Amino acid sequence: MSSETDKPAGHDESRRTFLKQSSLLTAFTIVPGPVLQAATYELDEKVAAAFEKVSLKLEVNGVKHKLSVEPRTTLLDLLRENLNLTGTKKGCDYGQCGACTVHVDGQRVNSCLSFAVMHEGKKITTIEGLAEGGKLHPMQEAFVKHDGFQCGYCTPGQIMSAVACVREGHAGSETEIREFMSGNICRCGAYSNIVAAIQEVKNGGQKV
Amino acid sequence: MKAQDKQIGAPMNRVDGRLKVTGGAKYSAEYELPNMAYAVLVGSTIAKGRLTSIDAKAAEKAPGVLAVVTHFNSPKVPGFDTAGKDPSQPATVGGPLKIFKDDKIRYNDQVIAVVVADSWERARYAARLVKAQYAQEKHKTNLEASVSDAFLPTAAKKNPKHPMNDYQRGQVDAYKTGAIKLESEYVIPTEVHHPMELQSITAHWEAPDRLTLYDKTQGTMATRRDFAKEWNLPEENVKVIATFVGGAFGNALHSWPHESAAIIAAKVVNRPVKLMLTREQMFTNVGYRPYTWQKLGMSATPDGKITAITHESIGQTSTYEEFTESTLAQTRMMYQSPNVTTRYRLASLDVCSPIWMRGPGEATGAFALESAMDEMAHMLNLDPLEFRLRNYTEQDPEKNKPWSTKFLKECYQLGAERVGWNKRQLKPGSLRDGEWLIGYGMGVGTFGAHRGAATVGAQLLPDGTVLLQCATTDIGPGTGTVMTQIAAETLGLDPKKIRFELGNSSFPKAGTQGGSSTVNSVGPATQEACLALKEKLRTLAGAAFASAKKEDVTLTDGYLTLAGNAGARVPYADLIKQGGDKAVTVEAKPGPEGQQYSMYSFSVHFAEVRVHELTGEVRVSKLVSCADAGTIVNEKTAGNQMKGGAVGGIGMALMEAAHIDDRFGRYVTKDFADYHVPVHADSPDVQVAFVNKPDPHVNNLGTKGIGEIAIIGVAPAIANAVFNATGKRIRELPITPDKLI
Ligand code: FES
Ligand code: FES
Repeated sequence: MSSETDKPAGHDESRRTFLKQSSLLTAFTIVPGPVLQAATYELDEKVAAAFEKVSLKLEVNGVKHKLSVEPRTTLLDLLRENLNLTGTKKGCDYGQCGACTVHVDGQRVNSCLSFAVMHEGKKITTIEGLAEGGKLHPMQEAFVKHDGFQCGYCTPGQIMSAVACVREGHAGSETEIREFMSGNICRCGAYSNIVAAIQEVKNGGQKV
Repeated sequence: MKAQDKQIGAPMNRVDGRLKVTGGAKYSAEYELPNMAYAVLVGSTIAKGRLTSIDAKAAEKAPGVLAVVTHFNSPKVPGFDTAGKDPSQPATVGGPLKIFKDDKIRYNDQVIAVVVADSWERARYAARLVKAQYAQEKHKTNLEASVSDAFLPTAAKKNPKHPMNDYQRGQVDAYKTGAIKLESEYVIPTEVHHPMELQSITAHWEAPDRLTLYDKTQGTMATRRDFAKEWNLPEENVKVIATFVGGAFGNALHSWPHESAAIIAAKVVNRPVKLMLTREQMFTNVGYRPYTWQKLGMSATPDGKITAITHESIGQTSTYEEFTESTLAQTRMMYQSPNVTTRYRLASLDVCSPIWMRGPGEATGAFALESAMDEMAHMLNLDPLEFRLRNYTEQDPEKNKPWSTKFLKECYQLGAERVGWNKRQLKPGSLRDGEWLIGYGMGVGTFGAHRGAATVGAQLLPDGTVLLQCATTDIGPGTGTVMTQIAAETLGLDPKKIRFELGNSSFPKAGTQGGSSTVNSVGPATQEACLALKEKLRTLAGAAFASAKKEDVTLTDGYLTLAGNAGARVPYADLIKQGGDKAVTVEAKPGPEGQQYSMYSFSVHFAEVRVHELTGEVRVSKLVSCADAGTIVNEKTAGNQMKGGAVGGIGMALMEAAHIDDRFGRYVTKDFADYHVPVHADSPDVQVAFVNKPDPHVNNLGTKGIGEIAIIGVAPAIANAVFNATGKRIRELPITPDKLI
């Protein structure tokens, strides 16, 4: 592990070394001497880390958040690890399975494929934000009724995608639903039941 | 739902449905613990050899990194020296990999380091900075190139009664002298379970000798046993929680290196550690359905009676563990053939150990057997369904015992009607719709109706609800739901007043969720625990109940009542007040019936496919699965499970194959872009029909199990339909377009 005497080295760390040095320089100009002397490696580290973060404002399920995040943090990891909204699932992290589907300003998006900082000022809806005041969204009701899942791991993504599918006007037929839901893999194979649930919501004409 | 309604058989919605559709269900990487650290694995880049050094300096210095653990600095895992063969592990010789114990590299992407940091991002970044040096040795990763080294499993060599031994009835290889005969080779590639939830674990040392694991496992007790042993701890010091498991299909039947890594990491940093494999690591470190080569010889009389079958298989295993599965079981008992020979062999390769994948060996074997049945029917110019009927077994020809129940003929009938079998033409390539060739095929599946011991605790709570607990898990079939139904019916209580808790090794014990055995085993334990609870309450309920029969005692809303005696009503509150113990724990075990009967579930799958004449694209336009699985406790969840197996079978038949580049001994399929699994557009509206007749011998509920027969036989049904459509017999899965044009 790092210690005070270790000097960061190598290509991978040069930017960070720069950050640390320049942050200390900045500190010299504004901080009284005694405080500076107390600056340990750890403080130095914290300052550098803070510089690596970016401020971000976004709204998740109607709650406004002011955050400071690393630019490399995906929206998915932000939701799961920082905001403890674990309803959004990680099934691949490569944009290939749809388990991480959320709505960004009403559009379905694979949250693993976008960085959190790309969503400045946006409104995010996750599975936790779909039910209103304890009343399930019609799509959630339909998934329960038609048993549109087994293990449940792909389910939040399927439901978020399904809601968007209907809103987009892509739920006109069984074939169309299957096509426009194909970005959401269900390894348990509950596809027939998922399609039945979507059809019911679509044909029921409820507001989604 | 009224209490007096019949609960067993009702298509009840899942008890945990609401949690699953709201994001409230917590899987193993979703528990919030204070001071959580994040672990990322580093894998070897060679397939065989020794680690000579690891340079972890840069990683250790990277921001937020708490530790980098490797073979060179890992704390000693005490049980690695003492742990012998574990009865909870599959029937293998050898054992799971002891991570970081030595410098040996046994397969590509073997875990060589675990990097722990204060966030995923930082751990992931630092993991890239770890550099290793190796002394490389020549590896072997190709099964077909290793066929000459194939061997009889050691367990079979040691024990002549072991089921993996060669099997013989009648004359050896009698098909060779048959009048009408065939001999075909079949290959199924390595297939990977790939549950949607990446294999995850959160390891927390609550004290130096107390370990809690939130883990993706199909057996909380087996996992507890494994890791208690690894750390030389009493079992009660280890707690395994798997309340929700995001699918597994077999790959959580075994303990894997990433679990050991997370536990070691948590020990080193003295913080709870969360670890989630990447999709790429799901190919390399948590098992798969092994690449298997098979040869099947069959002979028959001109009027369609099978005279002999020889079925041989060679499956791949690792160098450190002998993994075996029942690839040849179905061939020995499904058809009436006087002469049957089976030979099962393994080939050790420099790969991770396989592990049973849904339908396990039986699904692999059924691809060969059921394809061969279709080939023979074609040679005989017989309808494949008729050919199967002519060789139908009324008793088990392998064990010479009566079936406990067998309603496969009923399945044939149900399925043939639904798929429109009468449209099938004997001559391949006869049906078309424009450029699409249409064909029909069938495949049969069977799997042992296994039952093990299980224990369930039942308790009447002051609010008049009943709490049941069992260590069993639910990887998706709906275990908690069907147990609630069984309890509701046994108690006469509204299912809403029942809570069935599972997925915790501290609960009364149960076996692992595998081999289609959960309802067979835990179902009767639930039933008996509920009967015992009623009995206990009866003894507390006073005079009117003292002489009553326990069947007449009913739990209704707030009262214990007696059928046929309106005056006998005791409020629960009174029973609770009595201070006596209102809890029971009951173990249910299989009886001697298993010795007297041959117990199997049966299924048949009918497929209609459309094959594009020019592009070779195969679409499964209809898939009908019919099962004789005994009593169906919940048509909704059971039907769903059958559909899921059928979808898995589509993957097996048409798309799934994990490929190793043998030059490097490394998988080139690394994600869902290279390894295709069925998506919505690949799946037809699967039709399911159950015979739904109870088996009186497996247990009192009459269940036989569904999970495996849902997939066994699907792939050959599709392959046979492709033959019927095109006249092309594909004996190597998956049936990709290149094989048809
Ligand atoms: S986790 Fe985002 S698409 Fe798979
Ligand atoms: S419900 Fe398990 S993956 Fe869809």
